[in-house]
Amino acid sequence: MLRYALMRLVGAIPTLFLVVLVAFLMVRAAPGGPFDTERVLPPEVAANIERAYHLDESLPQQFQRYLFGVMRGDFGPSFRYSDYTVAELVRGAMPVSVRLGILAMILALMVGVAAGLLAALRRNTVTDRIVSAIAMTGVSIPVIVIGPLLVLFFAVQLGWLPAGWSGGRGAARWVMPVIALALPQIAFIARITRSSMIEVLESEFIRTARAQGLATASIIRYHAMKPAMLPLLSYLGPAIVGIVTGAIVVEQIFGIPGLGRLFVQGAQNRDFTLVLGLVILYATLIIVLNLIVDLLYGVIDPRVRRT
Amino acid sequence: MASATVIGLIAVISIVGPLLSPHSHTMTNLDARLLAPSLSSWQLFGTDDLGRDVFVRTLAGTQVTLFVAFVASAVSLIIGVSYGAIAGYFGGAVDAVMMRIVDVLYALPYIFFVILLMVVFERSLLLVFVAIGAVNWLDMARIVRGQTLSLKEREFVQAARLIGVSRRSIVLRHITPNLLGTVIVYLTLTIPHAILMESFLSFLGLGVQEPDASLGTLVNAGANYLEQAPWMLLAPAILLAIMLFCFNFLGDGLRDLADPRKHK
Repeated sequence: MLRYALMRLVGAIPTLFLVVLVAFLMVRAAPGGPFDTERVLPPEVAANIERAYHLDESLPQQFQRYLFGVMRGDFGPSFRYSDYTVAELVRGAMPVSVRLGILAMILALMVGVAAGLLAALRRNTVTDRIVSAIAMTGVSIPVIVIGPLLVLFFAVQLGWLPAGWSGGRGAARWVMPVIALALPQIAFIARITRSSMIEVLESEFIRTARAQGLATASIIRYHAMKPAMLPLLSYLGPAIVGIVTGAIVVEQIFGIPGLGRLFVQGAQNRDFTLVLGLVILYATLIIVLNLIVDLLYGVIDPRVRRT
Repeated sequence: MASATVIGLIAVISIVGPLLSPHSHTMTNLDARLLAPSLSSWQLFGTDDLGRDVFVRTLAGTQVTLFVAFVASAVSLIIGVSYGAIAGYFGGAVDAVMMRIVDVLYALPYIFFVILLMVVFERSLLLVFVAIGAVNWLDMARIVRGQTLSLKEREFVQAARLIGVSRRSIVLRHITPNLLGTVIVYLTLTIPHAILMESFLSFLGLGVQEPDASLGTLVNAGANYLEQAPWMLLAPAILLAIMLFCFNFLGDGLRDLADPRKHK
């Protein structure tokens, strides 16, 4: 197991390096410099600015400086918010995004698994049809549609919940963002849970257990649950990506001052260092979370470790 | 098949509809801002914040969205099929290296690189196609490679090799046509993916730019006028959801048809 974990860890390093390299080169390939303005700067001033941002060095030198900075958590100064470094901006925006993502993930797992199990155990009944139809619809409705629709219905029409972040306080302002973020994942998780549970229930070892006269409840809890959850575990990776990208949209819709909004504002203002830093941060986050999922998979399914 | 019909219908209406309406999708009319839908003036879905007709804009946006989705899928199709076919046919070290690259790329959250592309370069429709297409070919490459691996051992390929057909034309003339069925199935699943990505970018203001519109930009515009003009949101949002639903349904159905394990 240790060997497997180490191999996966080492395997992630080139990927991370590639992320930093590609993102860095893409930004450097941008036409025009970051300080091109309407006003022509005196050459001394321009040279001073270039020196301050190390733009006078060669490209490999700049990359080396950036890479070592990133490893220390230093992403350089923001190009637009000139009094802040990227790291400071990120630190301020991170907690709210992390909380949003975790809450949405928990909600998605709880509701999705419950709905999927319900549908699988009552296969081909009305309950199953309803759950499956809702899940199929949910898979198809993107966050950009579900978010505004929720606001329209629950905030504008019914007036139950605050429409935006700044308009509410306490738990009320979390309700809609978390639901909007979790809904598509609930649909995916329910579909996966349902089909894998059905597959497991039809397999030989469950039939054996039935033949031995075990009660349905204990068959499900002690025999069917674990193998049925494996496909779900491998979906966790894509689910994390879905939640992280979905959070960008949700933060935009509800005006939540998190990483996603910082990212979109940076993208719209062409704040290169900020966007570059956030791309690297997001990529690292996703790669690390995927790694953890892989390791979990190794812990639960011994067949994986041997390959 | 019903979903294929609906998609066809939406495509036809999005092309014909704007021609029938007396309004154009870029014509602004500041005296007619945020008007509710009405039949009498032929403004079926009302007007937006600049007095433009929402019905015509929604259809024009659908055109753009479908166009982007098809072109981007075509880009990913070309890259994915050639990459997968080459890796699968040559096998050995070539295959190992090429697939290892795919594995590495797989782990990258490419949506962020698409956004980075949109930030770094001038935003244009062309860039949207290329960016979405360039990141969507990984699944296709994997599937095509798997198919090619099994196809190349078949008798007709061996026969072709025996009579001295060049490797290049074996891949192009004998293997690629036989991949068609599988490829079409996965193409129907790539298209909704491309639609989703395009609307995501446009929603964030990083994709299609004003005065052009796609469903994503329209949903974004609608979200800003929820209280005064909910029709601005509802028309494009519902259309987008219907289209995605139909494509997903169609793709799932085709995939189940193509997958022998599902026939019991």
